[in-house]
Amino acid sequence: MARNHIVAAIGIGASILFAASHQASAQIKIGAVLSVTGPASFLGDPEKKTLEMYVDAINAKGGVNGQKLELVIYDDGGDANNARTFATRLVEEDKIAAMVGGTSTGATLAMIPVFEEAQIPFISLAGAVQIIEPVRKWVFKTPHTDRMACEKIFADLKHRNLTTIAIISGTDAFGKSMRDQCVAVAPKYGISIAHEETYGPRDSDMTPQLTNIKNGAGVQAVVNTGFGRGPAIVTRNYRQLGITVPLYQSHGVASKQFIDLAGAAAEGVRLPAAALLVAEKLPNGDPQKPVVVNYSREYQQKTGQAVSTFGGHAYDGLMILTQAMQRAKSADKAQVRDEIEKTKGYIGTAGIVNMSPTDHLGLTLSAFRMLEIKNGDWTLLPDAGS
Amino acid sequence: MAEFLQFAFSGLTVGAVYALVALGFTLIYNASGVVNFAQGEFVMLGGMSTVFLALAGMPLPFAAVVAVVVAVAIGLVLHRFAIEPARGAGPVTLIMITIGASIFLRGAAQIVFDKRFHSLPPLFGADPIHFGGAAILPQSLVVLAGAAVIVTLLWAVIDRTLLGKAVIATAANRLAARLVGINTRRIVDFSFAVSAAIGAIAGILVTPITLTSYDVGTLLALKGFAGAMLGGMGSAFGAVVGGLLLGLLEAFSAGYISSNYKDAVAFLVILAVLFMMPQGLLGRAQVERV
Repeated sequence: MARNHIVAAIGIGASILFAASHQASAQIKIGAVLSVTGPASFLGDPEKKTLEMYVDAINAKGGVNGQKLELVIYDDGGDANNARTFATRLVEEDKIAAMVGGTSTGATLAMIPVFEEAQIPFISLAGAVQIIEPVRKWVFKTPHTDRMACEKIFADLKHRNLTTIAIISGTDAFGKSMRDQCVAVAPKYGISIAHEETYGPRDSDMTPQLTNIKNGAGVQAVVNTGFGRGPAIVTRNYRQLGITVPLYQSHGVASKQFIDLAGAAAEGVRLPAAALLVAEKLPNGDPQKPVVVNYSREYQQKTGQAVSTFGGHAYDGLMILTQAMQRAKSADKAQVRDEIEKTKGYIGTAGIVNMSPTDHLGLTLSAFRMLEIKNGDWTLLPDAGS
Repeated sequence: MAEFLQFAFSGLTVGAVYALVALGFTLIYNASGVVNFAQGEFVMLGGMSTVFLALAGMPLPFAAVVAVVVAVAIGLVLHRFAIEPARGAGPVTLIMITIGASIFLRGAAQIVFDKRFHSLPPLFGADPIHFGGAAILPQSLVVLAGAAVIVTLLWAVIDRTLLGKAVIATAANRLAARLVGINTRRIVDFSFAVSAAIGAIAGILVTPITLTSYDVGTLLALKGFAGAMLGGMGSAFGAVVGGLLLGLLEAFSAGYISSNYKDAVAFLVILAVLFMMPQGLLGRAQVERV
């Protein structure tokens, strides 16, 4: 604790000393609070790398409106309390012009009041629909919502004439939230949920739950909401028990790692995912293809790691923000906010973004692609509509 | 009947791992009076080291052996540099030290290895064996057999060798054991090494089924500790029974009652048992001599 005080004191001292020079350098400060370490680090790490990479790239080309960007990143370690503390620091000490990031829904919701009060544009990288519903004046987000993932899955089920399903969900925030959204939108697609099971995010065996689903009468398909290790084990147990009805996973497992972990059991699993995941497989006429292919090549080249949709969300957030600044011809907070809201036809990694005063996400269902795992790789399914 | 078998095998497989962790708890507790909450980290170290050594090109059996050696070395270091210097401290302090060690090991694993999930290929393929309507993975049988072998070996060593007698003597009364010429520090070293090895072997055997990552140890330590308490802290046989029972409780309550409440049901049963038998199912009652 004592050390924190010292660091804070140095920080305050330094910020007083350099306040004058800040004014003079005329840089645009962009803040970010990301979960670079901790349980959500697989989200926060690519986000951080992406932001750093593209801020450097933008500065190399002369910055925005002739001003260089300066990125201030704090790591909340996956803790929403930390996120809020850092948000306050970004506002009061760093005096940022705009904010990109908030890796998790929890961190984002904790930070919203800070930025609403300070009237700073805030583009979140978290999933849940609660961030933009109800619409808040200063808050935007780039990733698809879990409700859209449910709708995409249900559209595909309807297309295949499968109407009675079972849901098995993780009890973590992601799994629970998506399960609630799925239950809420199911009637709209004429889907009835015959059976429900849950598992803990760290459970290592789901055969009891799946045995009950297997014995459930009339189940035509199974939807698993969750991310991380759970879905991989569900998929393995599913094949172990020889369940034959189709299995749907969520966008939460949309990474190559899922196929590696679930192995042969992943064959035939369907899931909704962003175009980024199948960048090279998109048909040539696809408007998103150049964007996603470029981003994934640059990311892989720079970091040596496989691209993930999470870094893509950070890319979209930064681009939407800087383009709004260019249109506003300044970094004025109110003007930039208005311009973000007017974003139209921005082609990003998540989809084509058309924001409006009532829609601070701006994506439609077409942003999701339905994938099926075949021969250990993703294959793109034809669009089943919505 | 088919579902009963399915639940039972699920419970036994998970329970076997809890049992091995509980056994590790018991060994160290007996020899030194320390409740070692870093026990789960040995399971993680076994699995993760094997995965990464295999990725580095080492043949799998060799990687597994090296991983066990790594875990044993870390177990010894833990004893010599963290537990031993604080030997005079109270039990709460010692527990704090082991929790600290567990956080440290997890953090280090995050850096040395990575933050992703990993798997190992199963020993006898991934095609399930069908038995009485239940589908059982061959690896589950490997885990159960491995646990049985470890428990038998341990029993033989403790019960049939001079070294085992020394361990029992140290557990019973450390001062008296020193007086009759037993190097008690070596004996505690031995118990840390064996605990680490058991944990690491459990981690390697179970990784093809449950996958592994830098943070699998926390929950296993908690479940293993619960198993050890249920069976009776200090009783090796109790640890095995307690661990298996906990696994079965979880599987049956997930299957027959509700998957929402499976952890709650398991812990309710533990609470009930401890209310009725505070020393655990097979533990000896604590007698304070005045």
